[in-house]
Amino acid sequence: MKQIYGVMAEFEHSEQIIEATRRVYEAGYRSMDVYTPFPMHEIFHELHEHRTWVSPITMVGGLTGLVGGFMLQTWTTVIDYPLNIGGRPLFSWPSFIPITFECMVLLAAFSALIGMIALNGLPQPYHPVFNVPGFERSSQDRFFLCVESTDPKFDAAETARFLGSLGAQRVVEVEA
Amino acid sequence: MQAGNVAKLNEQLQSDPVLAPGHTYGSIEEKINTIPLPLTKRASKGWVLGFSIAFALLMLLFYSLGVLFARGLGVWGINNPVYWGFAIINFVWWIGIGHAGTLISAILLLMQQNWRNSINRLAEAMTLFAVACAGLMPIVHMGRPWLFYWLVPYPNTMAMWPQFRSPLAWDVFAVSTYATVSLLFWLIGLVPDFAKMRDRATDRTTKILFNILSLGWRNSSRHWHRYEMAYLLLAGLSTPLVLSVHSIISLDFSVSIVPGWHMTLFPPYFVAGAVFAGFAMVLTLVIPIRKFYKLEDFVTMKHIENCCKVMLATGMIVFYGYMMELFFGWYSAHDVEFFLINNRFFGPYAWAFWALMLCNGVAPQLMWFKPLRRNLPLVWILSLVVGVGMWLERFVIVVMSLHRDYLPTSWDAYTPTFWDISLYVGTFGLFFSLMFLFIRFLPMINIFEMQLLRHDQKHQVEGGFGASEEA
Repeated sequence: MKQIYGVMAEFEHSEQIIEATRRVYEAGYRSMDVYTPFPMHEIFHELHEHRTWVSPITMVGGLTGLVGGFMLQTWTTVIDYPLNIGGRPLFSWPSFIPITFECMVLLAAFSALIGMIALNGLPQPYHPVFNVPGFERSSQDRFFLCVESTDPKFDAAETARFLGSLGAQRVVEVEA
Repeated sequence: MQAGNVAKLNEQLQSDPVLAPGHTYGSIEEKINTIPLPLTKRASKGWVLGFSIAFALLMLLFYSLGVLFARGLGVWGINNPVYWGFAIINFVWWIGIGHAGTLISAILLLMQQNWRNSINRLAEAMTLFAVACAGLMPIVHMGRPWLFYWLVPYPNTMAMWPQFRSPLAWDVFAVSTYATVSLLFWLIGLVPDFAKMRDRATDRTTKILFNILSLGWRNSSRHWHRYEMAYLLLAGLSTPLVLSVHSIISLDFSVSIVPGWHMTLFPPYFVAGAVFAGFAMVLTLVIPIRKFYKLEDFVTMKHIENCCKVMLATGMIVFYGYMMELFFGWYSAHDVEFFLINNRFFGPYAWAFWALMLCNGVAPQLMWFKPLRRNLPLVWILSLVVGVGMWLERFVIVVMSLHRDYLPTSWDAYTPTFWDISLYVGTFGLFFSLMFLFIRFLPMINIFEMQLLRHDQKHQVEGGFGASEEA
């Protein structure tokens, strides 16, 4: 038997894809993904995607920048290169705040971006879903739902029939 | 009651929409994407003309920099009391312009002002290019610009570190962080649109190019979910960042004791000025672009009006700042501060002060009137007037404060030379060359956010509004 990635259904309207996602999830499928031209909160809800690791990663990055930036300034001005300017205290921490803040933002921003890209498994120039003819329209005006063959409930014929019953324009098998 | 409200909302949407009615997800994508695509098509005559002018000015910038590097800072008009001349004025001016881009893309996103979706890409590009022009200025002002990396803390054989107590060191961190985060924000916004360009393109080279740029984005909802979170976090980080950048720049002035600089009001007043100048630049760019590329459906009169309103509000804050500067001078009961105020009114550069009052104080008051806000030629001219006004503001702050300070023996006049002016004019070349290339080769409106706007609009009219009335 030929190996397939999953079964893909194409929908014309945003309402249909929301409804279809809910029905597919309720039917017990879990290894699935929905392809839409723009982010749809309704779909995230139906896919039960609530929490992501992006925010904790950003938090860690931000705190690293915060602590690192402050320590860098403290160490250089107090320990490594102390300058006595009119007898003022070496540990003049209020003047370190602006750079501490900037370091926090910089590292947090990089963490958010790199974290998101890494969690999404990008860059990934090739993916089986690109094999579906007409998949370009997922960038334009069509909505796609793919049930992947890794799902325990997956059965190529049965799943395809089920997707067809949800009002899909067409249902196709995705080559692995 | 309910039906009446829906009808009213409908009417409101029809008369002043943020996206003209009649668009589908597909038509939005096609309209925006076919401006840059196919990449090999001939550019329009207007574009070629505009780009040629911008490119010529860019060459002027390179020539001015060449002269500056070869012959040193002496080619400029700066002198003993006026150490900071055009370069610092231009630096503050350009970076201020950049701030509107971040305001539109980050702060308005957090406030769920979704009319921003039509103009945020362009405004972010404006930010990046303006920051590029701004960042150049303090570096070439250094005298030995090839040693600019000494400002970065790195272990070196001189065993020295930057002076972290100095606002000038804060500045380096603020501007470089701002430039980096703005670039990340802009690029992350472009990733899904690069995928859209890949999917629209017909030839293999373009497809491969944009597949690489889009990181292989495949519109997966699981990806979108993390993407939205990352985008929101970047917006949340950019918001305090943009406020901090111009605050820190204002500290370059206000931490010193020069009369006219030493003032606690500077940070908020500079931030408001930045937003003011930035929105003026957004209008300067958007009004011709929407006309030439026939984007009136996406950038509607609602956007123009909203930008005008922001300009009016921030203009009033800036004007309040001017008044407070005068008040502080008087209230300080300090001879030198008082002399500065007198000098502003009647000194050798009084023309700059009065022109500033006219440009930033009087002219924006026209924006109180709806018919004037909808008058495109007037708004466009006003946006230029505000741009000039904000430049004059920095001239007043930098030059007027420096040229006569505590000791009359050290007074001197400041006159810019040709190379001061050519460098300034040249930065327009850099800015507009990049802008023209951006418009030609990238989608200048965020496609997926426009589709989202369309989606939300549909829901608002069909269900959302009525449903909330019921409850």
